[in-house]
Amino acid sequence: MLSLFLIAHIAGRAVAIDSAQVESVVDIGSVVPVPRSADQVLGLAALRSRVVTVIDTRVALGLPSAGGAAGRAVITLVEGQHYAILVDSLEDVAPFEMVPLSSGLILDGGWRSTGCGIVERDGEPILAINLRALLPGLAAVAA
Amino acid sequence: MDDLLQEFIAETRETLAALSGEIVAWESDPSDRQRLDAIFRFVHTVKGSCGFLDLPRLARLSHAAEDVLAGVRDGARVPDTRLVNAVLAIVDRIGELVEAIDAGMSLDDSGEDVLIAALAEGSDLVGPASALVAQRQPARSVRLSVDLLDRMMSGMSDMVLARNELARRLRDDGADPTVEAALERLSLTVAEMRDTVTRTRMQKVETLFSALPRIVRDTAADLGKAVVLTIEGSDVELDREMIEMMRDPLVHMVRNSIDHGLETPAERTIAGKRENCRLTVSARQSGNQIIISITDDGRGIDVERLIAKLVAAGRSERELRALSAKAKLDLVFQAGLSTKDEVTGISGRGVGMDVVRANIEQIGGRIEIDNSLGRGVRFAIHVPLTLSIISTIVVGVGEQRFAVSRQAIEEIVTVRGQQIRIDMLGDTAAATVRERRMPLIDLGSVMGLPGSGAAPAMLVIVGVVGGSYALAVDSVLDHEELVIKPAAPAVMATGIYAGQTLPDSGLPMLLLDCAGIAAVAGLEFSREEPVEDDAVEATTDAMSALLFDDLDGVRRLVPLEVIDRIEPVPAHSIRFAAGRLRLSIDGRIVPLAAMAEVGDRAIVSVLRLRDGPIEIAYAIGEALDIVSVPSTIVAAREPGPVAGVVGIDGDQIEMLDVHWLFATHGDDVRHEAPPVCLIEGSGSAWMTTFLKPALEGAGYRVATSLPAGERPAVVLTMDPEPAVTVPDSAVVRLRHDRPLGGRDDHSIYRYDRPGLLAALAERAGRR
Repeated sequence: MLSLFLIAHIAGRAVAIDSAQVESVVDIGSVVPVPRSADQVLGLAALRSRVVTVIDTRVALGLPSAGGAAGRAVITLVEGQHYAILVDSLEDVAPFEMVPLSSGLILDGGWRSTGCGIVERDGEPILAINLRALLPGLAAVAA
Repeated sequence: MDDLLQEFIAETRETLAALSGEIVAWESDPSDRQRLDAIFRFVHTVKGSCGFLDLPRLARLSHAAEDVLAGVRDGARVPDTRLVNAVLAIVDRIGELVEAIDAGMSLDDSGEDVLIAALAEGSDLVGPASALVAQRQPARSVRLSVDLLDRMMSGMSDMVLARNELARRLRDDGADPTVEAALERLSLTVAEMRDTVTRTRMQKVETLFSALPRIVRDTAADLGKAVVLTIEGSDVELDREMIEMMRDPLVHMVRNSIDHGLETPAERTIAGKRENCRLTVSARQSGNQIIISITDDGRGIDVERLIAKLVAAGRSERELRALSAKAKLDLVFQAGLSTKDEVTGISGRGVGMDVVRANIEQIGGRIEIDNSLGRGVRFAIHVPLTLSIISTIVVGVGEQRFAVSRQAIEEIVTVRGQQIRIDMLGDTAAATVRERRMPLIDLGSVMGLPGSGAAPAMLVIVGVVGGSYALAVDSVLDHEELVIKPAAPAVMATGIYAGQTLPDSGLPMLLLDCAGIAAVAGLEFSREEPVEDDAVEATTDAMSALLFDDLDGVRRLVPLEVIDRIEPVPAHSIRFAAGRLRLSIDGRIVPLAAMAEVGDRAIVSVLRLRDGPIEIAYAIGEALDIVSVPSTIVAAREPGPVAGVVGIDGDQIEMLDVHWLFATHGDDVRHEAPPVCLIEGSGSAWMTTFLKPALEGAGYRVATSLPAGERPAVVLTMDPEPAVTVPDSAVVRLRHDRPLGGRDDHSIYRYDRPGLLAALAERAGRR
């Protein structure tokens, strides 16, 4: 079954995000830090009249933070709250078919919890990720 | 009251509409307990509302129906078709009456007795068919979906931000005045619109509380109880939805409190309490919750009786006994329970509480009970803060800004002030603000923000349950009314934030949770017993005193009570004369006390102390402040001008001994009407010259002749035999020579000063 995926780059890797999880794609302006919060919470940003919680995706994946200003982000709505998931860049949106991860393929580190399948673009396998798994403080994702 | 009535009508109409399905279902299966409960709650609610809206007919109908339904719930009545019909007839009638009230029409009440009689057991009366239903007026209010309102609100915020952006751009480009005027107009409209839109969603808790005084008064009057109601925090603004949901539970709980919790004046007197019961309803925001608490000082919940009741109703005693203390208290929420032995028109069916809890839980809240048998109960309704407008103070720490709920703030002080000290006790910082010592939390270090290392600039004194603490911040910036929304779980997990907001600046800001900060910083407050009013009165009785710098540079206190006034006087009016310092002022000479030389000041401040007729002056350096003096004074080692030492802000300050001052300095003050000493006879010239100063020093007024009608206190003469002009006077005779010369004529040697004064005092006093 085909569904729409947004192809983005996070931490230098191409990933596919199910468009059902994506509310919009924005450029994040200034971010107000939230002291004492989990490391992956970069801070809060205003998106028109909404306050969004900005997630430093690299940190959420267990990688060192890239630092510097926030840029592009994917907005997702989880349990009534808006989150901005930072991405390096965005490519396009296209319909793909998601297949499960090939058996024996074990993902590393932070990718393990977020990776949920593979889509294939012109023969290139791209990891499909679940944005919810990147968010701290939520109940574990149902399998 | 009109608003309340309108609300009642709208609500009843709505419940009736929802209930019609239930009624039909109940009719087909009268043993259906759930339907029965729903209908029972409806009539109970109607009864409750009618009580304070003064709708006796509705009250009568609903009370009758409630009685029957309660019987069915208890199993005393069997819900047969006839009973169901009778109840339904009443429910229909209630609907008709409500419509009639709304239309302002009157409805014939002839059928009502029949309706009520039809409820009775074994009655085969059939209620009359419904009278005509009054023509329904178009409703004056509409109901909107919350979603729509939310969209309106966020649209509004977007508009405000766009306006701000536009204003910024225009300012940067140096717009021409006409554009600016147009923008100004737009700003005004936008502000007004925002206010209106916000009000569509938000409401002050006040609207929830405003009906309470009346309800309390009426309920208390019905029950013969005296209740003093205190309402606190009515300016908290809440989601309208919440307010609506809270309305019934709150009214129920207040009525329940008065009916069950509070005692009659007689019972209270026996229990040794003050006659007037105290009921406090308060709303406050705490963390990400709004807590509405209903506190009474009544008899409390008797858990034993609760259990006995439930056992009587067929519950297993062993099971109930096994419950935890908290679970036992929660038994008050059991359906169909009443600890009251007789049923009243007010409450007493225990119906309130299960409905209350159901309603509160429906909006994601919970109820906590804090019970103290014999002393009162506190019900705390916790509801989530989904959305609320909170009046906040914006504080700055480092580069960041945070909002603090104004309700939590007791005061804000700058550290520079004299009354503020910050000390390290071990590794713990403590602030002393005036007489209060409290823990100090540096917000920057709690947040882990890079500190400037400098001493804190401002202290925000925050009150949390059980105590207060000082929160050190870099700056206090602004006062803002903010729309607070809950933040993401990851942010809330820190425990120090209560929510997030987007102020007009367009930069998100977090609302601090003051209790959470205290917990994160490891503060522990033992729960203090509420201070009784009596104790408060005792402390307000504390003595006020003037704090001043004395002439010798020492800081001292003098009770405010004895100070007549403080006056600057020229230094030359103070002289050392006749053995002591004296001050000439207002044409009189007043003894002056001073701890040191006046020195070369040109003007000296003088305290004029007065005790009745006696006045003395006390020269000081400078008056500083009026302070309240603690009741404990450490006494001085020796009597003197200083009575002792009191501790004020940790300083030891000497308190003047006014008694000593007056005793020492006030003795040569003339009495206002000094006794007259009349000098008569041949030696008057000598006596006037030699004795007058001594006599005056002893407090007499010396005269050589008196106007007619005035009597001397004593007559002083040197003539041997009475040539005294005033008859029946006390007479003191002086003699020229020391030896008595053989006879004792009670005369006194003229240079025997003590003897003379003693004799004068004795004679003058005898009269």
